Parts: sequence; C-alpha cells; structure tokens
Amino acid sequence: MRLGLVCASALALLLSAGPSVADKSPVKIGVLNDQSGLYADLSGLGSVEAARMAIEDFGGKLFGAPIELVHADHKNRADLASTIAREWFDNSKVDAIADLTASSVALAVQELARERSKFAIHTSGATSRLTGDACSPTGVHWAYDTYALANGTARALVAEGQDTWFFLTADYAFGHSLEKDTGAMVEKMGGKVLGAVRHPLDNQDFSSYLMQAQASKSKMIGLANASSDTLNAIRQAKEFGLVSMGQRLAALLLFITDIHAVGLEAAQELVLTTGFYWDRDEKTRAWSERFNKRRGHMPTMIQAGTYSAILHFLKAVEAAGTKEPKAVMEKMRAMRVDDFFGNGGYLREDGRMVHDMYLVRVKKPGQSKGPWDYFEVIRTIPGDEAFRPMKDGGCKYVKN
Amino acid sequence: MLFELLGVPPQALFAQLLIGLVNGSFYAALSLGLAVIFGMLNIINFAHGALYMAGAFVAWMLLHHFGIPFWASLVLSPLIVAVFGMALERVLLSRLYHLDHIYGLLATFGLVLLIEGTFRQLYGVSGRGYPTPEVLKGGWNLGFMFLPNYRAFVLVAALAVCFGAWFFIERTRIGSYLRAGTENARLLQAFGVNVPRMMTLTFGLGVALAAFTGVLAAPIYQVHPLMGFNIIIIVFAVVVVGGMGSILGAIVTGLALGVAEGFTRVFYPEASATVIFVIMAVVLLIRPQGLFGRR
Amino acid sequence: MAEREAYALRSEVSGWEARQGAERGRLIFAAIAVLALICAPFAVYPVFLMKVLCFALFACAFNLLLGYGGLLSFGHAAYYGTAAYIAAHTIKVWGLSPELGLLAGTLASALLGLVVGWLSIRRAGIYFAMITLAFAQMIYFFALQAPFTKGEDGIQAVPRGYLFGVIDLRPDLTLYYLILAIFLFGFYVVYRTIHSPFGLVLKAIRENEPRAISLGYRTERFKLATFVVSAALAGLAGAATVLVFQLASLTYVHWQTSGEVVIMTLLGGMGTILGPFVGAIVVVTLQTHLAAFGAWLNIILGAIFLACVLLFREGIVGIAQKRLKKLL
Repeated sequence: MRLGLVCASALALLLSAGPSVADKSPVKIGVLNDQSGLYADLSGLGSVEAARMAIEDFGGKLFGAPIELVHADHKNRADLASTIAREWFDNSKVDAIADLTASSVALAVQELARERSKFAIHTSGATSRLTGDACSPTGVHWAYDTYALANGTARALVAEGQDTWFFLTADYAFGHSLEKDTGAMVEKMGGKVLGAVRHPLDNQDFSSYLMQAQASKSKMIGLANASSDTLNAIRQAKEFGLVSMGQRLAALLLFITDIHAVGLEAAQELVLTTGFYWDRDEKTRAWSERFNKRRGHMPTMIQAGTYSAILHFLKAVEAAGTKEPKAVMEKMRAMRVDDFFGNGGYLREDGRMVHDMYLVRVKKPGQSKGPWDYFEVIRTIPGDEAFRPMKDGGCKYVKN
Repeated sequence: MLFELLGVPPQALFAQLLIGLVNGSFYAALSLGLAVIFGMLNIINFAHGALYMAGAFVAWMLLHHFGIPFWASLVLSPLIVAVFGMALERVLLSRLYHLDHIYGLLATFGLVLLIEGTFRQLYGVSGRGYPTPEVLKGGWNLGFMFLPNYRAFVLVAALAVCFGAWFFIERTRIGSYLRAGTENARLLQAFGVNVPRMMTLTFGLGVALAAFTGVLAAPIYQVHPLMGFNIIIIVFAVVVVGGMGSILGAIVTGLALGVAEGFTRVFYPEASATVIFVIMAVVLLIRPQGLFGRR
Repeated sequence: MAEREAYALRSEVSGWEARQGAERGRLIFAAIAVLALICAPFAVYPVFLMKVLCFALFACAFNLLLGYGGLLSFGHAAYYGTAAYIAAHTIKVWGLSPELGLLAGTLASALLGLVVGWLSIRRAGIYFAMITLAFAQMIYFFALQAPFTKGEDGIQAVPRGYLFGVIDLRPDLTLYYLILAIFLFGFYVVYRTIHSPFGLVLKAIRENEPRAISLGYRTERFKLATFVVSAALAGLAGAATVLVFQLASLTYVHWQTSGEVVIMTLLGGMGTILGPFVGAIVVVTLQTHLAAFGAWLNIILGAIFLACVLLFREGIVGIAQKRLKKLL
C-alpha cells in the first residue's frame, strides 16, 4: 500500500516535472479532413489553405523555428483518420490537429488527443457532444455546432410567426439530433411540430417525402440533413411548388459553397444559421478576398473558423511561452478571440468557442450583385444566446 | 376500406404510384442499358453509374461553356459519352471477353474510380445545378398531387426511349443480329457479320442510354460526381431481379421497383433504400434466373 | 526401354527431391517472414502495421472464398463490420475482456455467414456476387438504424483492456504482438484449409463442380463450410481492428470496404497464399501515405486496378512466383 503510494507520487512528480521545463520545440500543426468525399468543398483543401494563411499571418515562426503544416485526407473513414492521427501524434510530433470533418472522425480524434494531451481543434464536426459528454481538456470546438444551428434558426423563425414545423430528417444520428434540438426549441417558443419523415442518407429523390411535408400543411419545413441531401431536397421542393404554395424551407446545416452549387434560383428565400459570412464587414471582406484569390472561391464558416482557431492557438502558445497543454489552454481561454471571425468571442471551459452567429436569408437572383453575393444577414445572434449553456452539456471536466 | 386500414388516404397512394413510376422510369432506362451490355458483351458494367453521371455533366458543360440548350444536349451528350464508351470498349473491355465475368466487373469497377475521381478533381464534390428548361417549368395540379411538368416529361421520354430500344432490338434486322450474337457469337461471325464491331456498337448503345438518363436527371438532381455512385447498386438489383440480359425484364422490373420503393416511402420510409435489396434476395432465392430470365 | 525407365525413375526421384526442397524452402521462408514481422514494429509505426495485419487477415479470409472456392462475395464487409460492432459493444458496454470480445465478434460473423451462406451458395457466379451484396446492404441498413451502433458517430472509445485480465494491451507494442498472433493464427487456418483433403475437394469443385458431384461429394456442404470459415476469419479481422483503433464505424460495413478487399486480393494475386497479404500492404500503404493527395488517390487506385485486370491478372505474388519458377 505504502509502496504503491510512493510509486504513485514518484510518478506524479515525474509527470509534473516533465512539462515544468518549458517545451519550446518547433510547433507542428496537422489539418485532417475530407479532401475527396462529400465534404471536400466545404472543408478539404480550403481548410488547409486557411491554416497556411494563419501560419503566414502569425509570422511563420515560433520559438525560433518555422511552424510546420501537414495535411491528409481521411475520406470520412474513422479508421483511416485514426491511423493518421496516431501516426502524427506519436511519430511526427504533431501538436494539434485541426478541422476534423465527420462526427465519427471528430469523436475518435478527440479521444486520441485527450489520451496524449495533444490539441484537437474542431472546426467542422457538427456534433455538440464534442463539448458535452465527449469533451476534452485539450479539445476546442470553434465554428458552430448542431445546438447553435437548431437554436438560431428555430428561435428566430417561430418568433416571426412561423410556428408550425415539419421535418425532413436524414436517418442517422446527426439528422436525429438536429431534428430533436430544433423541435425542442420550436416547442419552447410556443410553436408546434406537426411531424417528421425520415429519409435514408444520400437520397436522390425527395418527391415522396416532400409530398408528405406538403400534406402536413405546416408553415415551415425544416431540413435536418446535410450536403447533397439538402441540395436535392431544396431543388425538388421548388420543383414541386412547395415554396410557391406558401411553405418555407429552413436548412439546418448549409454552407455557402452549397448555395453556390445549387444556385440562387433554387435556394432563394431559404433561411439558415451560419457562423460566418464573408460580406459582413470590412475585416471579413478583406480576409475572404485574400482567400478567394488563393482558392478561387469564398470561404465557408469551416475554413474561416480553421484560420481563426489556428491563429488563436499560435498566439496562445507564444503567450504561454511553452507548448505545455495546460498553460496553452489557460492562455487560449484568457485571451479574447479578436479576429474577423471571433469578433471578441471567448473560449469556454468545456472547449466551446462562444461567438456571434448569424441568421441569414438567401437572396433572390435579382438582388444578388454577382457570384458569392448570396446572403442577407437578418439577425446577429449573440454568442451567449446561440450556444448551449455550459451546465446543460454535461462536460465532466468543468468544475462547478 | 383497405386504405383506411393502412392509415393512408388513397390520394396519397395515387401520388406515390405516379412518383414511383417516374423514378422507376429512371431505373428502367438505366437497367435497360446495363442489360443490353450484359446480354451482348457478357460484361457487368459497374461503370454504368459513372457514365450516367458523365452524361449529366456533359450536358452541364455544353450549357455552361457553349450555351447549348437542354434539348440539343439530350441528343449531343449521349453521343459524346457513347463515343467515349466505345473507345473504352475497344481499348480495354474487348480484351476481357474470353475471361470470367468477374474480370469485367472488376475492370469496370476500376473505371468507376478513375472517372469519378477525375470529375471530382475538376469540379469538386458539391457539383453544379442544371436549370429546368423554360417550357417545362411549372406543373399541373391533379387534385391529389402537384405534378411538375418536367417529371411528366421524364416519364414519357424515358419510356419512349425504353420501348424504342426494345423495338429496335426485338423487331429490326440489326436487332436480330444482336440477339443472335448473345446466343452464339461465333456462328454469327461465320455468317459474315462483323461481331467485334457489333459489340462496340452495342456498348455504345448501352452507354448512350445511361448518358441519356443522366441528361434527364440533370434538372432534377444536383449534378455532382457522386450521383451515379449509389444508383448503380440499385440498378444492379433491378437487372438481377428482371433477369440478366432480359430487355423487357429490365424495363418492367425498373418500373415495378420504382413503385415498390415509392410505397415503402409512405409506410416505412426508413427502409426505402433497402426494400429493393430485400426483393432481390427473395427473387433470387425463389427464381434464380430472375423474373424474366430464361433457363 | 530400360533407359527410359531409368529416366522416369530418375525424374521421379528428382521430383521428390524437388518437393522436399520446396518444402524446406517454404519452411525457411516462413521462418524468415515471421521473424521479420516480429522485428517490424521497431522499424515501422506499430499502429500502421496492425492495420496492415488486420486487413491482410480480412483479405486472406476473402481469398479463401474467391481464390480457392471460386466464389466472389461482393459483401464481405458485412462479416468484417458485424464482428467489429459486436466486439466493440460487448467490450465497451458489457465490459467483456478483449479475448471474449474477439470471440463474440467472430462467432457473430460465423453465424451470419452460416445464414447468408446457406441462402446464397445455391447460386453461382455473378448471382452469388449479387446476393451477397444484397445481404451486405441489409446489414449496412441495420447498422445505420440500430441504436447500439450509434449511427454515424460509431462506437467510440472502446477500451483495449487487459488480455486474460493480466496483460495490459494499451501499449501499442504489446497489442501488436497480440494482433500478429491473431493474424498468424488466421493465416494458418487458411493454409491448413487449403492444404488438406478438404482443400483439394474445394479445388476440384472450383474446377469442375458436376464432376465433383458425380464423385459423390456433397459440394454444397463444402462450399458452405468454406463460406463460414471465411466469414468467421473476416469477423476475427474486424474484431481485431476494434482493439487497434478502439472504435467501430459505419465504413466497416459499407460496400466500399467490400470493394477494397477485392482490390487487395486481386492486386496481390488471388488464389495465392501470400497474395492477399502483399495486396493489403500495398493498398493500406497507399491510403495512409498518399493521404495528402486527396482525390488523386482514387484515380491512382483506379488506374492500378485496371492495370491489374488487363495486364497482370495473376497479381504481384502470382507474377513473382512465375518468375521464380523460371529462374529455378
């Protein structure tokens, strides 16, 4: 017993002794995301470029050595992502992995990073579990999450009088949680959920489901799905005259690249919540134009978020003067996120970066002045209202 | 009475029946092409979905770069893709005819990776939207449902092409060669017919059907590199249920499975992606040659 | 006359000698290979190696069915993934030890293989491929729907635990030797199956089924047994993957995984004992180390695939064997 205690305290000493010597080895950042599959346009190489810009804007060097950047395509496969992430953390001395599309990947890398006291910077995983039951002392969740999307859209629309809802839900955990969160908010605001229909993932034809939505006579149709499913549903809702007969669509997760792909003709009047829009003020425009020059399209909230998160991380490492996780996390929380994206946002103890979200409406083709002029910001949602209160998340690392 | 029992109003069922037929006509046109190729070339064309996608993309490119409208694309795009397909057949597939079916399946699987990868590299994954042709915008209110004009057009066009192809194969001279070729290619060669050239043309025909369906699909679905990725598996199931190589089987089964899928979407929407495979498994166990297959 | 007899005798003797020699050569080769595998984690990142071994076992199991049974299953991901889910669930939620989790997963896959095999082996060729694909799609649907699989999140953070309650599997190196042992066990099962009277009958069935039937063999039973063994080993590979990555996700049951195992087997050389292993090394290496190339990887894989089918159908090992034979 006593021996065990001695051993344990010796071990503890050893462990605490290690990092107390400031770790000033070169900083290495990895961007791990989908570069060839469904999410390649909204994160993919665009996020890699954003990370590169963040490193350049920071000055390219830290602790007297150049900051390294590596990137890889995980094809939305958790096992492949896990191999690469482990290799990066264990062998290649990567300190932080950013982006992390697809929730299975995000959750897996969150766990790997937590075990190794490395940083997981989530800018595209949507699941709010990342700051809830799957939170980590070294994981940060930057751009948005399912709660904020559901909350922002439902609250504003019900307040506007759109109080009866019907959901088209992609039949998997992500869709279910979007439907549940949005439905709860609708009812909390005094609205009514008339029903929902579940469609398989990667569905092509939505006519059957749209007819059921039409028959429900709800005022709003909530699209609790993503990427090509949402795009197909939007196109076909227009084709079947749902919009012209008075129903409105709310996409619960949609990116500006999606709007670009589907076209304003089909997407007009759509309401959605986003964490970033390039044409919001001087600073966002300036950065986005730079991004556009390098990538040939305007950034999504994921790409802008990746820039912001990495820049903030680098600043925190510099301010802490070490890569020791606890010190860096303290700095990250203490410093405001004062760039075009964060707009004075702050990092919460559970890893959530709290910043303003924007409720936007997609412009009509006539109102748009050109490519990428797609959104009209109809409401700025203050960060503290947009995100889930920390006590409701159930993150076990938060001290009460 | 029955409808009340099922808890679904009859109008909704009519609507689903119609929608099922529209989707079924897509399946029919695609599986027809697949069946023709299998019948003549003995190759399971895994790349059929990728060529369907290519058809839609070529239509988009024609519109975007050259301003060629939908109606012209309906002819041009299948032609372009068919020429590409025939080149593929000459260069690659013709070397595999003497081998087991498995190799044809595997080679075309490789082609899928190549074709889809290339489009992905060029256009990204979110793809592009293709506008509905002006004349076909709007729709009719049938009382029990709103039928978009374009969907009605798709149903008519796809069926017309299917039955045109069926007529061509079953009732014309060249068609009779084709059928003879599936029975005994060597004998046909002995009669002085250029069998290799016929095979190339058959592959071209099958591919053109896929591309034609792709052009039809462009205004409805988002045109993107992965659009043929999942549909190919469904179309396989259709061809297997109908009977490999059976032309009529492919058309009828395509329509029937479209309707079956439509009804599943009302009663148990979660299963709509799987119902086709359940039907396929049942049919294969009871009637392995397929509903319309011989032997 | 006598001369000819003597010649025949001589050639027989030399044939026997050659066989003895080949046997010895094989043993030496096997010993070197195992030794190399034991030393490998000191040179190469162990997690990567474990992934290769898991996929290699999966491909070996698949090869048993395709290369020796002549049956192309286009839905082998179903067994790989089912075992992964069952192992992940039993270890994480029920708290089973790793060896019991492996066993549970393998048994589940064997059972699934028994049912699907019983239904599908009555058909041959392309119909067999299609029917196995249909069942795999149903399994995928089930995995997407069933609450215990946690949808697209997958079952995450599965503890590696203690083998037999004693050996801590958390260090990568310890786990590597367990995975290596599992792989060698699976490989040995495949090897024994092929080089046994059972394997010879299987070969006979593949070459000419009516003749095998006329010889009195109940060919369906042989095929079914092979199917079940193949499914069980694919399951073992899937369950082992869970220990390595500590997760089970939907990609394991997706039809692309079924396609991937076909690629590995074909690339390495189907119907050769080492082919699947070599194929797995090549494919996993490409995936991991060309990961920065994104969409190009698919194009490269597609090109390799086509080249394989068109130019060297025997696969890497098949060709190497031919060259070696010529050399000797």
